[in-house]
Amino acid sequence: MAEPIPRRLSGWGRTQSVRAEVVAPTTAAEVASWLSDPKIHGGVIARGLGRSYGDPAQVAGGLVLDLVHLNHLGPIGEGGSITVGGGASLDALISSVLPKGYFTPVSPGTRQVSIGGAIAADIHGKNHHREGSFCSHVTSMTLATPTGIMTVSPTSNPELFWATAGGMGLTGVVLEATISLLEVPSGLVTVDTDRFEDLDALMAEMVGGDDRYRYSVAWVDCMAPGARLGRSVLTRGDHAPSGLTDGSVGPLPKPAKLAVPFQAPSGLLNRASITAFNEAFYRRAPKHKVGELQRLSSFFHPLDGVANWNLLYGNRGFLQYQFVVPDHAAETVRLVIDHLSGAKIPGFLAVLKRFGPGDPGPLSFPMAGWTLAIDVPIGPPSLPRLLDRLDDLVAEAGGRIYLAKDARLRPELVEVMYPELDRFRKVKAEVDPNGVLTSDLARRLNLVEGTR
Amino acid sequence: MRDAFGQPQRIVVLGGTSELALAVLHAMALDRVQCIVLAGRNEDALARAQAALLGAGAAAVQIVHLEATAPERASEVIAACVEAAGGQVDLVLVAVGMLGSQGDFDDDPAATAEAITVNLTWPAAALAALRPRLVAQGYGRVVVFSSVAGVRVRRANATYGATKAGLDGFALGYAESVRDAGVVVQVVRPGFVATKMTTGLTPPPMSTTPEVVAKIVVEAMAGTDLVVYAPRVLRPVFSIFKLLPQAVWRKLPG
Repeated sequence: MAEPIPRRLSGWGRTQSVRAEVVAPTTAAEVASWLSDPKIHGGVIARGLGRSYGDPAQVAGGLVLDLVHLNHLGPIGEGGSITVGGGASLDALISSVLPKGYFTPVSPGTRQVSIGGAIAADIHGKNHHREGSFCSHVTSMTLATPTGIMTVSPTSNPELFWATAGGMGLTGVVLEATISLLEVPSGLVTVDTDRFEDLDALMAEMVGGDDRYRYSVAWVDCMAPGARLGRSVLTRGDHAPSGLTDGSVGPLPKPAKLAVPFQAPSGLLNRASITAFNEAFYRRAPKHKVGELQRLSSFFHPLDGVANWNLLYGNRGFLQYQFVVPDHAAETVRLVIDHLSGAKIPGFLAVLKRFGPGDPGPLSFPMAGWTLAIDVPIGPPSLPRLLDRLDDLVAEAGGRIYLAKDARLRPELVEVMYPELDRFRKVKAEVDPNGVLTSDLARRLNLVEGTR
Repeated sequence: MRDAFGQPQRIVVLGGTSELALAVLHAMALDRVQCIVLAGRNEDALARAQAALLGAGAAAVQIVHLEATAPERASEVIAACVEAAGGQVDLVLVAVGMLGSQGDFDDDPAATAEAITVNLTWPAAALAALRPRLVAQGYGRVVVFSSVAGVRVRRANATYGATKAGLDGFALGYAESVRDAGVVVQVVRPGFVATKMTTGLTPPPMSTTPEVVAKIVVEAMAGTDLVVYAPRVLRPVFSIFKLLPQAVWRKLPG
């Protein structure tokens, strides 16, 4: 068994660097033995590819299980079912199944996400309004918990299965999962693009037209003042029929061609540079375009073309603010954008998307309604209090913050935003009575009472 | 745990009646703090500080007795503080200290020894007791209150300046020793601050207030600067002061 080595870890936003012991187990038995090791005092958490923005995949002073070796990809079975290791990346999965005419049922904004991470955050993609989040496509998962290895499905053990969906890794380490792939006729997407001068027009079109598309997402400029507030670009599409291509599934995603070689000075991404980017993005988008063929990678994962883009934010790092509010609270979306614009917070284009109904996971983020996500650099002194104010608006509207993106929520708001938190805690206490599985996120937000 | 803005949830203050330390706490987002532990000697002053912090929104304020003349018991004090904070500490403010009058130190070995014990020996012993805990928890921030009086010691407050010079040097070395463990140490060098400690003294040029120092410290705690001057102008000023010939230094006012 490999020996843990001390390492500095932080999330994708690079805001909360800590030291922990890190070990990369090679077998399920090894994972299980670390969870029952009496010498571990500081808590244990699994880590995939480190794309969570804040602190869920680290535990300061504890043991972090790097799942990189649990990356097996099984054969594709009947109906597109596949069993994959918890440490396998969506990138590897897509590269493996796309040539056979399959695609991941849910694709987030990056392929650099592990299966375990996709389950722990119950990730969503551009098709949530029609097809739900990742765990809705998981038929079974095998977890290493401090009370043993167990395989759970939505029917065999719905409580543990759904507590794990969005449970931020606190109910067990995902050793492997069986997921239902999506059969696709090609490796291309037909995309319709529309540009909107303001938020009302955009949201009306999304309400009226999203159901006609499998995929839909809008980019909103949250810095444009006054009448241009909420100007936006809506892209919607579906997999292109094979008739539109040469008959093969088409091009595979390619590794990043560009990389940010070193940490940029803090302040490179400031109000002026971000405003210029947002302006250019909006101007470049066509006013109305139908049926454009795009590669899967440029449609789903545009940022994967630049490795380590998080270094652009400099040593202070950045955070992503992502919330969801129910359909009837669409006005809250406008209020939030008003606040961001009014406070002159530099933020890249925000992503606006409609969610369909959520799944039963007590800590799963999506719920039917509107979700907005925006990246902001750490730095503006007014930012902490502004985000606190936005949290209040979101909570008052019956909405919530996405834990996979959070790095600063007030702990007392978690049970307001996730009213079934106690149901989660109950399941957690059953599989992990001594609170071995914990993380900096769990400690910061008191997600689990009595953790180490 | 701290959040993305460096905001701590659990704070230990060594020297819990220090006006500077309390000003720093009041300049922070106290409604975000779950627990503050004030370690000090003057029980009435501690109770007043506790009430003020609770009134300003802190969720819980605990009090631990600290006797800075007894460095051999520093580790007990640290153990009690960490326990009271709930086992983990996000931020430690080290603000134990006394100023004294140089005239009282000059010919008095006991008073001189006591000043060194309170200002240097006790804080250094406490930091040593804290070190394994900080290293084990893998993160944390320690803010040590030094003084410009230690940057270049002068006749008017030679003993105080010497104790701060010692503490400052200790803290700088300590910072390196815990750096790889993810622990950030910051050394604050205030100039003349108008507090009860300096009552009766004539404020020299560039003197400041606890509120100004607190604002600078809170801003600095969002980053990792090792040495923080308050007011900030003292950094260039003292980089020149350090180079002055002793004959000139001796004649400077204040």
